[in-house]
Amino acid sequence: MPFIPHTEEEVREMLEAIGVQAIDDLFDEIPEELRCGGLEAVPTGMSEMEVGQLMHRRARQDGHAACFIGAGAYDHHVPAAVWQLATRGEFYTAYTPYQAEASQGTLQLLYEYQSMMTALTAMDVSNASLYDGASALAEAVLMAVRANRKSKSRRVLLPRSLHPAYRRVVHTIVHNQDIELVELPFDSSGGHTDPALLASYAGQDFAALVIPQPNFFGVLEEVDALTDWAHANGALAIAVVNPVALAVLKPPGEWGRAGVDICCGDGQPLGAPLSSGGPYFGFLCCRQSHVRQMPGRIIGRTLDLDGNTGYSLTLQAREQHIRRSKATSNICTNQGLMVTAATIHMALLGGEGLARVAGACHENTAGLVRRLCAIPGVEPLFDRPVFHERALRLPVPVKGVLRSLAAHNLLGGLDLSRDYPELGDAILVCATEKRTDEEMTAFAEKLERVIGLQGGAPCQLQPKEW
Amino acid sequence: MALIQEQSRPGRRAVAQAPAGPVRLEGIPAAMRRQAPPALPEVSEMQVVRHYTRLSQKNFSIDTQFYPLGSCTMKYNPRGANELAMLPGFLGRHPEAPDGHSQGFLACMHDLQEILREVTGMCAVSLSPMAGAQGEFAGVAMIRAYHRSRGDDARQEILVPDAAHGTNPASAVMCGYRVREIPTGDDGDIDLEALQAVLGPHTAGIMLTNPSTLGVFERHIGDIAGMVHDAGGLLYYDGANLNAILGKVRPGDMGFDVIHMNLHKTFSTPHGGGGPGAGPVGVSERLEPFLPLPLVVREGEEYRWLTEEDRPHSIGRLSAFAGNAGVLLRAYVYARMLGREGMSRVADYSTLNANYMLKRLQEAGFDPAYPDRRATHEFIVTLRRQARELGVNTMDFAKRLLDFGFHAPTTYFPLLVPECLLIEPTETEDKATLDAFVAAMARIQEEAEREPDKVKGAPWSLPVRRLDDVRAARELDLAWRPHSS
Repeated sequence: MPFIPHTEEEVREMLEAIGVQAIDDLFDEIPEELRCGGLEAVPTGMSEMEVGQLMHRRARQDGHAACFIGAGAYDHHVPAAVWQLATRGEFYTAYTPYQAEASQGTLQLLYEYQSMMTALTAMDVSNASLYDGASALAEAVLMAVRANRKSKSRRVLLPRSLHPAYRRVVHTIVHNQDIELVELPFDSSGGHTDPALLASYAGQDFAALVIPQPNFFGVLEEVDALTDWAHANGALAIAVVNPVALAVLKPPGEWGRAGVDICCGDGQPLGAPLSSGGPYFGFLCCRQSHVRQMPGRIIGRTLDLDGNTGYSLTLQAREQHIRRSKATSNICTNQGLMVTAATIHMALLGGEGLARVAGACHENTAGLVRRLCAIPGVEPLFDRPVFHERALRLPVPVKGVLRSLAAHNLLGGLDLSRDYPELGDAILVCATEKRTDEEMTAFAEKLERVIGLQGGAPCQLQPKEW
Repeated sequence: MALIQEQSRPGRRAVAQAPAGPVRLEGIPAAMRRQAPPALPEVSEMQVVRHYTRLSQKNFSIDTQFYPLGSCTMKYNPRGANELAMLPGFLGRHPEAPDGHSQGFLACMHDLQEILREVTGMCAVSLSPMAGAQGEFAGVAMIRAYHRSRGDDARQEILVPDAAHGTNPASAVMCGYRVREIPTGDDGDIDLEALQAVLGPHTAGIMLTNPSTLGVFERHIGDIAGMVHDAGGLLYYDGANLNAILGKVRPGDMGFDVIHMNLHKTFSTPHGGGGPGAGPVGVSERLEPFLPLPLVVREGEEYRWLTEEDRPHSIGRLSAFAGNAGVLLRAYVYARMLGREGMSRVADYSTLNANYMLKRLQEAGFDPAYPDRRATHEFIVTLRRQARELGVNTMDFAKRLLDFGFHAPTTYFPLLVPECLLIEPTETEDKATLDAFVAAMARIQEEAEREPDKVKGAPWSLPVRRLDDVRAARELDLAWRPHSS
């Protein structure tokens, strides 16, 4: 029996000790009419080898395309040590560290993680993770509505330049609590939220302004002006950031005159493989004054009975297992193992290493964009600076282009028309540090050919500059 | 042990792990840049490996200890499931990859949806919630969407038994509901009269765990379903204890309209020191239009994602992509290895182990909270007597168990049983381990009688002794800063 150690003799002894004839007698409190049949739709069991063969076949089936899609999930190098350590049984098969004395490994690691995140974001405190970036933003919005003492409002400003999936998730999670999300348009030439445009919202009461950096188009927002606007108008500022970008960009704690109040994002770029979108983890940092409104687990450093340093879950009175219906959130299980990986990842790379990753992605994307924009009819949609993604206009319909590229094992960016029909035929491309010169050359060549075949601008023979 | 930050020395690097510099940021204006790299540790690769290996050794885990944590189903997490979920083809797949590059992954997700549908007896399943609490949120949000779709807006109250997990009331509140607690009778079943008294046109639904967190099967579930449905409410099943009934009785057959499962419990995916989990939801026919997205559908030989266009009434999305895909793959591998015949064995042997342990503990002089009831996959022992007579309480027993190499059972939950230990051995433990745990409990009982300070001061043999939680909350120290220690 897979994973069940009992011998027949042991079963006999155990039944005898209990005083029943058969295992089935132990289910005698379940009304007979409710008992189910044989689960016919579940296939019969397989050995590890057999299921291995099935899974290898399916994993191979999905291929190994060169990925130029970013859009919230980034293909970074993950050092071998990260997952070899994270999948050690002592990390992998431990529970939430409620018994602190038996969980000092996980607890100290989480304290180190919180310390790394506060260093990266220049915020005062970090929690020990939420599910992902999108749900972390939803929690940040709920937290801001609770924490903003200056405002009674349940309205929150959400820029249209924010990741569309994040906007959808925030809506799903907060709308039942009568929170209104007000969409801020983006500037059509810059692709950013123009601070000047916010003037028309002044004087209205908002609980918070959400500021993505970079935004969904990869564009860098004017975060100082946006943060100051929020504070001048009684709103809290919530930053949504890419943690790798923070190695080179001004951290949210330093935005504007006072820094943001809450900062969140997806931790995937810190050691989590793409893996179809999860598991990743959401991070959430804030100022010290808001810590009691924070959702999720928080680890504190303290002393034991002998005066030695130790770590434990703290401020648990915020949480559902203590406060029940009055908790700051319903979250219980978080993304602990992903944080374990991220902590090891950050320790291996250090600040300089992470900055090099960020720099390499920035340069790679700039180089890719130069090559693609050499193709007639392909041009950047926006003229403002970007981090490691850029939106490009194509001279032909996007769907057919992406399909043709995929047939050549190239995932040539994200179709923007799905979420931004107003942008016409446009894609969002990203080249992380992992994309090679050959892959980028192949992308440019295939794209040029596909556009030519689709009757875009005539395929011109011109010397390549890059 | 020194923090990794305290091992840092300026200028030290794990050079092999980062691209060659220098960092050029030509397209980024200086005013937007960071002045200096963030103060992350500067350590070598070997320092990192040694540090985190040593830290890991300070943990209790399933791989190293018996971990009978009630309501958490800490059973063996098959290594095969981990290896197969981490195949390069799965790890490298971008969540926005086109369906044509995703058929292998989608096939796994579709199969898993079907398996979970069958074992729960529900009409349809969505895999997207990322943990049990998010599954609860999704389930209650669907209940709300259902009532709203019928213009039945007066239903503003969710009923929750006093023994429920804290996530239940918290999830209901996140969905904008009021919560009303209903009492449990002395026999561990819900007080039906009290329930009848609070049902009405304001009732949106009830959230139940069955078997309950008291470690007993709710025998009147058929009556409860009838009463709640007659009042126009819906029934929510908290799947935390699904392990107890897998292949024996299905939530759908009990009359539940919506359920969540904890795959990190019942389907053996690892707890990872606090996650990630996965909390798929299953629904009856009338709630199907509201299922969270995305869903996988099979059309002929092709699989594809269902989106907002296919499901306009969906409560929406709960994650940026498709939930904790890697966890779902592990659960899928586990389910395929168990197969149809393995499902009911889970319930069989987890129940056998629990009843055996309960019997042995009773023989050793411990008091069950519900002596007249059959244990399910878990049971409660109350140390009320020991606390009163010996001044040694449940926390003391729990901490002393750590010295004996056993992770403590769940303590002080459910809240309505004083001085309780909620014990869940799971099906993957053998008889000798259960016997050793019972022997340790008996030994601690002796110690409590003869040398109580030994128990009250425990643990003695772990990396730290009991921690000062009051100090931790009062003098908050939540992050290391240079010169802070």
